[in-house]
Amino acid sequence: MLTLVQIELYKIFKKWRTYIGFIAIGTLVPIIHVAMYFSGSHSLNRMTEDIQSSFFLVGNLLNGFFVSYFIMMSLVVHIPFLITLVAGDLLAGEASAGTYRMLITRPISRTQIVSSKFLAGIIYTSLLIIWLAFTSLVLGTIILGTGELLVTNNQGIIVFAKDDILWRFLCAYLYAALAMSVVASLAFLFSALVENAIGPIISTMAVIIVFLILSAIPVEFIQSIKPFLFTSYLLDWMLMFKDPIDYMEILTSVSILLTHVIVFYFLALFIFKRKDILT
Amino acid sequence: MNGDKIIEINSLTKDFKDLRAVNSLNLNVFEGDVFGFLGPNGAGKSTTIRMLLSLIKPTEGSIKLFGKTLQKNRIDILKRIGAIVEKPDFYGYLSAYKNLEILGKISGKEISRKRIMEVLELVGLSKRYKSKVKTFSHGMKQRLGLGQALLHNPDLIILDEPTTGLDPQGMKEIRDLILHLSKVEKKTIFLSSHILYEVELVANRMTIINKGTTKVEGYVQDLLNAKKLKVSFEVNDEDRTNNLLAQSDWINKLESQAKTIFMFSLENDEIAYLNKYLVENGIAVSAVVPTRSLEDYFLKITDEVA
Repeated sequence: MLTLVQIELYKIFKKWRTYIGFIAIGTLVPIIHVAMYFSGSHSLNRMTEDIQSSFFLVGNLLNGFFVSYFIMMSLVVHIPFLITLVAGDLLAGEASAGTYRMLITRPISRTQIVSSKFLAGIIYTSLLIIWLAFTSLVLGTIILGTGELLVTNNQGIIVFAKDDILWRFLCAYLYAALAMSVVASLAFLFSALVENAIGPIISTMAVIIVFLILSAIPVEFIQSIKPFLFTSYLLDWMLMFKDPIDYMEILTSVSILLTHVIVFYFLALFIFKRKDILT
Repeated sequence: MNGDKIIEINSLTKDFKDLRAVNSLNLNVFEGDVFGFLGPNGAGKSTTIRMLLSLIKPTEGSIKLFGKTLQKNRIDILKRIGAIVEKPDFYGYLSAYKNLEILGKISGKEISRKRIMEVLELVGLSKRYKSKVKTFSHGMKQRLGLGQALLHNPDLIILDEPTTGLDPQGMKEIRDLILHLSKVEKKTIFLSSHILYEVELVANRMTIINKGTTKVEGYVQDLLNAKKLKVSFEVNDEDRTNNLLAQSDWINKLESQAKTIFMFSLENDEIAYLNKYLVENGIAVSAVVPTRSLEDYFLKITDEVA
């Protein structure tokens, strides 16, 4: 199994499309850092103008932590797209290239094929998040320095001390990796259904966008289904930046996301094991 | 028949919605056979091969390979099979060597670098081992396909139209390789083709299928040298030939006539006697063309499909 996962990772990282995500993050994040460096104080003032009448803000609030937090907000729409580029291609790519035939006629089970590809997809997703963390935090602190982190949420305004931030970010990135694994699993499921990679990419993005639109409609009935949409939990990494942290809420979100990952995996396995390979 | 049954197919059927692609197919391949699996395009050859390799599931019927049921012993069986299914496709963004290395790692045997290079040498690609497969011609991919099928030294080699798209030289090379694998390396080979001539050159046993059903099965020599042949004689004088035939028993063997071309149904050794009879009686015979009944039959079913 380990050999199979290694092979899948080798194939993933030999494809040009794999690097689109890394290049996009590696380009965008430094641009955001530099832009914040030059004009971030203006943006920060605008964001905090409501509270500036009541509070006197001191210290380096425009720092690497603040910008990293800001960048993580992009997780909901932008990072999923980068993930589907690879995850949607994992099975469908073999079908469109015609390489299913050689893979399935080897003495390995279909379960092994699906599992190794799935694990490789999850590893790719995690690496992309690690890359996001690295470029955000490391570059951010180099360019903008460190300091307290100012967060506004439904608890109000919270300012985290410098030494109370890093572990929260680590947990947030871990959570983000799990949230993005749901996206990868969904794209993987669609990938098992079709024979070209475009379908899974479009379908996954369509599901995410439709769910996000539904979540945003302030109608009681639609709001009642919101807890059943996995997109409602994608941004729960923000729970790490509450004080005190509601661990039960985090556990619930993690369980829901994990359940989605497992269900999508088993559905993909179920479909693939019954699939006639005609390509 | 040389030895044990390597492939045993009983009442194999495959339906795709309303289409019955394979219909109660029965087939046996024995150890050491080069078995020709012949049929026109769309006869059900590739569907049968896909079922043999567990790419698709049969609707009905059973498949045994090496005496074991495919469904229950898939992994053990596939360790002993090398195959090309239709056109060989590879990871185009990887080199020929890397493709074989990857396939070697999942072939159930330890495949060394030396073995990969040996196989590339065998199929004439050793000088291009570093080249990405996307730069290969169809013929080169076909040869690499054969290479991946041989990589783990399998006992049974399944080749689905391996010469498709090759030039005459490439076709000859593949035929020579098949004969080498059979005679020197003692492999059992299952060769699918829609060209009778190709099968005739390499196979010892064969079956013809059409519309998913077995039409003919047996030894190639027996089937192709069937006793009765249709033989056309082209002569210089239509009337004199007619008169001459009317005076002899040869008239009973005449099947049809179109001007100076006379078509007889003859046994193999009668051809020379009839020719001698005509020539000795002053008829100039300009052409004698025997047509084998199997060839006729195959052309007929091929035409029906076309």
